[in-house]
Amino acid sequence: MDLNLQELNATEFPVPVELENNIAITSLSQLYNWGRRNSMWPMLFGLACCAIEMIATASSRFDFSRFGFEVMRATPRQADLMIVSGTVTKKMVVPIVRLYNQMPEPKYVLAMGACASGGGPFKEGYNVVSGMDKYLPVDVYVPGCPPTPQALLFGMIALQRKIDGQSIANGDDVPWYGEGPAEPTPVPVLGPDIIDPRQMDMIRRQAEVAASEMELLGQRELPALTQLVAAKVETAQAATAEAGPLDEDALSVVLPTGGTPWAEAEDIREKRRLRALARKALRASRRASQAEGE
Amino acid sequence: MYGTGLAKGLRLTLRHFVESYIDDLRYGFRKYHHSTDNFGIRQGTQTKGVITVQYPDEKVAVPERFRFVPFLIVEDEDHPTRAGKDWCTSCGICAKVCPPQCIWIVRGNDPDTGRPVPEPEGFFIDIDICMNCGYCAEYCPFDAIKMDHDYELASYDRTSHHIHDKEKLSKPNSYWRSIAPTRAYDEMLVRGTWEHKDAAKEARRGSASSRASAPRPAAQQAAPAPVATALAAESESATAPAASAPAEGATPWNEDEAKREERRRKALERKAKRAARGG
Amino acid sequence: MENLAAAEQSVAKLSIEDSIEYLKSNHSQAIKLDDRDGYQGVIVDSDQLLDIARVIRDQLGFDYLSSATAVDYLGEGDHMEMVYHAYRSSGGGALVFKAQTDRDAAEIPSLVSVWRGADFQEREAWDLYGIRFPGHPNLARILMWEGFEGHPMRKDWREAYYEEERKPFDSRWPGGHVHRAEEKNVFGKNVSYPPDIDLNRLMDNSEEAVYSSLGLGVDVERIMDKDGFETNELVVNMGPHHPSTHGVFRMVLTVDGETVTSLEPVMGYLHRNHEKIGERNTYLHNIPFTDRLDYISSMGNNHGYVLAVEQLMSLGRKYNPPTYRCEALRVMMVELSRIVNHLWAIGFWLNDIGAFFTPVLYFIQERERILDFFEAVAGSRMMCNYMRFGGLFGDLPERIKSVSNLTNDRVRDYNTMQFLTEMINERIPRTIDELEILLTQNEILIERSMGVGILSAEDAINFSAAGPLLRGSGVAYDIRRADPYSIYPELDFDVAVEAEGDMYARYRVRVTELRESVRILKQILPRLEATAGESIWADGKPGAYAPRVPHGESYGRVENGKGELGYYIVSAGGRGGSSNPWRYHVRAPSFINLTPLGHMSKGYKVADIVGILGSIDIVLGETDR
Repeated sequence: MDLNLQELNATEFPVPVELENNIAITSLSQLYNWGRRNSMWPMLFGLACCAIEMIATASSRFDFSRFGFEVMRATPRQADLMIVSGTVTKKMVVPIVRLYNQMPEPKYVLAMGACASGGGPFKEGYNVVSGMDKYLPVDVYVPGCPPTPQALLFGMIALQRKIDGQSIANGDDVPWYGEGPAEPTPVPVLGPDIIDPRQMDMIRRQAEVAASEMELLGQRELPALTQLVAAKVETAQAATAEAGPLDEDALSVVLPTGGTPWAEAEDIREKRRLRALARKALRASRRASQAEGE
Repeated sequence: MYGTGLAKGLRLTLRHFVESYIDDLRYGFRKYHHSTDNFGIRQGTQTKGVITVQYPDEKVAVPERFRFVPFLIVEDEDHPTRAGKDWCTSCGICAKVCPPQCIWIVRGNDPDTGRPVPEPEGFFIDIDICMNCGYCAEYCPFDAIKMDHDYELASYDRTSHHIHDKEKLSKPNSYWRSIAPTRAYDEMLVRGTWEHKDAAKEARRGSASSRASAPRPAAQQAAPAPVATALAAESESATAPAASAPAEGATPWNEDEAKREERRRKALERKAKRAARGG
Repeated sequence: MENLAAAEQSVAKLSIEDSIEYLKSNHSQAIKLDDRDGYQGVIVDSDQLLDIARVIRDQLGFDYLSSATAVDYLGEGDHMEMVYHAYRSSGGGALVFKAQTDRDAAEIPSLVSVWRGADFQEREAWDLYGIRFPGHPNLARILMWEGFEGHPMRKDWREAYYEEERKPFDSRWPGGHVHRAEEKNVFGKNVSYPPDIDLNRLMDNSEEAVYSSLGLGVDVERIMDKDGFETNELVVNMGPHHPSTHGVFRMVLTVDGETVTSLEPVMGYLHRNHEKIGERNTYLHNIPFTDRLDYISSMGNNHGYVLAVEQLMSLGRKYNPPTYRCEALRVMMVELSRIVNHLWAIGFWLNDIGAFFTPVLYFIQERERILDFFEAVAGSRMMCNYMRFGGLFGDLPERIKSVSNLTNDRVRDYNTMQFLTEMINERIPRTIDELEILLTQNEILIERSMGVGILSAEDAINFSAAGPLLRGSGVAYDIRRADPYSIYPELDFDVAVEAEGDMYARYRVRVTELRESVRILKQILPRLEATAGESIWADGKPGAYAPRVPHGESYGRVENGKGELGYYIVSAGGRGGSSNPWRYHVRAPSFINLTPLGHMSKGYKVADIVGILGSIDIVLGETDR
């Protein structure tokens, strides 16, 4: 049977013009992903109760080495996977983001337990971050308080499935397949409360509003003043809330559809693949038109 | 002699090492073959050597009392009169007793009269907050909310998956009987019927004259056979349960108007007091 | 002279009531009885607190300060109060004394000069309540970071996702339209930023800024050592991400070469506001939250909390004490979780000093089986949530059955009592034997741990150390014997104690306690068989879901695996009682046992520090709460 390279090359992978019709790289992504998912080293990094279940998962009875999670590395520089195992506090999120920035790409984040996913039972607390995904891109969420070792293993398998579907061709699939180095995640700052540097402008505006009030009054009675300022900030917040894109509809929750997570991810991936193909077609047509022009 | 303690310890590790292979020999190649018997022995109290659970192929089954995320019980599809009906009466006790307050209930209202009906219009559980404590199941007076055994809930997107609504929460009574047969049986004894408490009540009201032909036996036949020990207890307790049904009037919708008014007044008073204290 | 000494001796043996009498007669101007409904002890004039504390410690012999905590009585008298529980290290009940201060300029003299164990607890009171302690050597925030706005445990301080003062929240039912709190708060917080906020300064994460809050410079300091060699002293940071810190704990060491000259523990990285949430919760809500304190031994946490609340409930009219079977089951669960805890502690301590993972894997096998049992009885491996006020979640199931819709249905179908008998009589003792063969005579272990991390008996008491840390220093103080609760008085067991006060002594104490726990469990088994069929509830039916607790205060303490776990609870609900605690404080052994860490580590090598920390056995859920 003749190998039809033309046909094989009808993929989404960007093959250089001079190599078209010469090579086939369809399986490269699969090879990448196979290697990657079977040598996923987690960081030895426990936060709270879930960390104990994570250790139980790592120990002899459940033994996640069977899936290539092999050894836990204490340094972020040797780790591929960050298992956020427990309550993320405002004080701790700063080192966590720093650790994440130190991990080499490709890197994955697994939010283990209710706390890391969305704040958990301690969500209402003043020092608790409502979910790791406020600061880091989370790949897999494992609910439970704490998830049993088997639930964690299920989450890890889900992560492997997710990696299976990633493609070198799609720059927007995962950041590390794109061009150039990825931007580090901005490290939060501990001020009067935790400050996300991405919200710095907003905070500056608030502080300015507060400061202008101060000048107008020219008073020195601090408690009254603080109250007033707080009220002003509240109205400013309310105004922003009204003007902002967040309306009640957007807030209402999209209801779950069921099915395994990887099935759904497959849909998303399919869409991405189509988009990538469209892009490729566009590029090809552009090239063709350029050639015509010449 | 210096080093003997060390040598003893090393001998022990050697023994552990050998024991894991003895196990292999004993079971031959069947050891990792997922037969329930082998697996049971390996996870039991007598085993030595390797105890690894080959997770997705074999799973440590969870005990009956195991609790993960809650679910709601609805009547089985093959029930003659109440198929698919919620057991939940939206009394709100689970929402009140939930420590992290992750249960939201919208009480149903009759569209004509505006009076509350014993059925929730919406029921939400945020499993990102839920701490799996099991209080909702423990204190539910209608056995309508139970802790599920399905722990395989990992997802790629929490915003769309981690708030369970009524549709996702609802599971038939037969499911509960299959994951926790002895507990379901015990609850049946207390309740007096395999169906919802109200169903029995309605039936009693309907056939008050012909008490002898109470609906219980029929419902029991429809249910799967409970475990042997429970069956033995069956005969003695057959007469007992009807008496232990709690007094009527425990729910807001079958109180009379005066009582309700009284309760409302008291609640308002309490609220005012609380507001005064809080402010 | 002899007479005087004899007189002092007799004073030191007075009962609690007589001690209070003694204080009242000798220091009448500074002492006033606490006559609030359900309260105990005395209120000391805060100007003379220091003198009275010395009298209490030196003359009356209450040398062990168990707990020092603050209460904010906003709206209930509008004052702040520090509550101290002092015990005699020879055993007996507590002398409770309190000092009151104004809310606005809260200031109470520091007791660190009397009990060094008050150090961290006073820092916590400053951090969370804003009470100043003149005379404290280093009054800095301990759980929150420097620069945090406000003192969050004050009753008028509201957190970002504040909904209501008390649970249950009205928004959940009947019109419970679901929302996520962080989405309602558009900025994720409801903090107002002061006008002079300097964001650039906050962004500064240079080393100087990092250490300046600890009072440490970072410049390498040239010093001359004793032999005249010129060496460098430098600051080394360990944690919060460090494999040996048992969680997110941080230590800042100043080292001269390899030798540690000072150690500053930094905590709060897992401060998840347990107490603030606990005060919003109802009494029942708090039980599963206590599971998450010392998450290795949740049964013990449950026990301490239900004891404290039962103490309060017993003040009311309608209260039935738990039945005998209930108490026996509680003790069994607590002892099993003590075994789990010590196996875990020894295993990870060995990890720290270099026996990487072999012992811990052996111990985890055993732990898994005990957790299987917990799962079958209480429903969860770790977060047992098993005890209730006056009872339990449920009796033992007849069989440890694993019925499930998953694969492998019929596995592990054991009779519960048979399972327990096999575990207690065979497996657990065998594991402890193996543990001893592996470790006790191991020369490497002995050389590594003997004579390292020494804490003398006097220091241990003065630092309020508890648990194996205290008993490893030669103080035979075990609450199960010193201030007995539940059915411990009728059980036959010995208090494990070792005199040396080093890491090895603590290890030996843990091993002995493992054996003593097995001994207790062997006595529990026949008791369970004898009471089979009895109800676990005094009146035969489970307790209410929203119990009201009479007005008053209580301090329930148990000997948990890590040490003395105490719960200080105030119910301030008027005559009818309340359904939410006014104050809910956890006296966490892991937290207070860290007070002597700096003292114990001085002069040892950097490599010993992880071992010393491991031998204290902390768990961060409890340290930071």
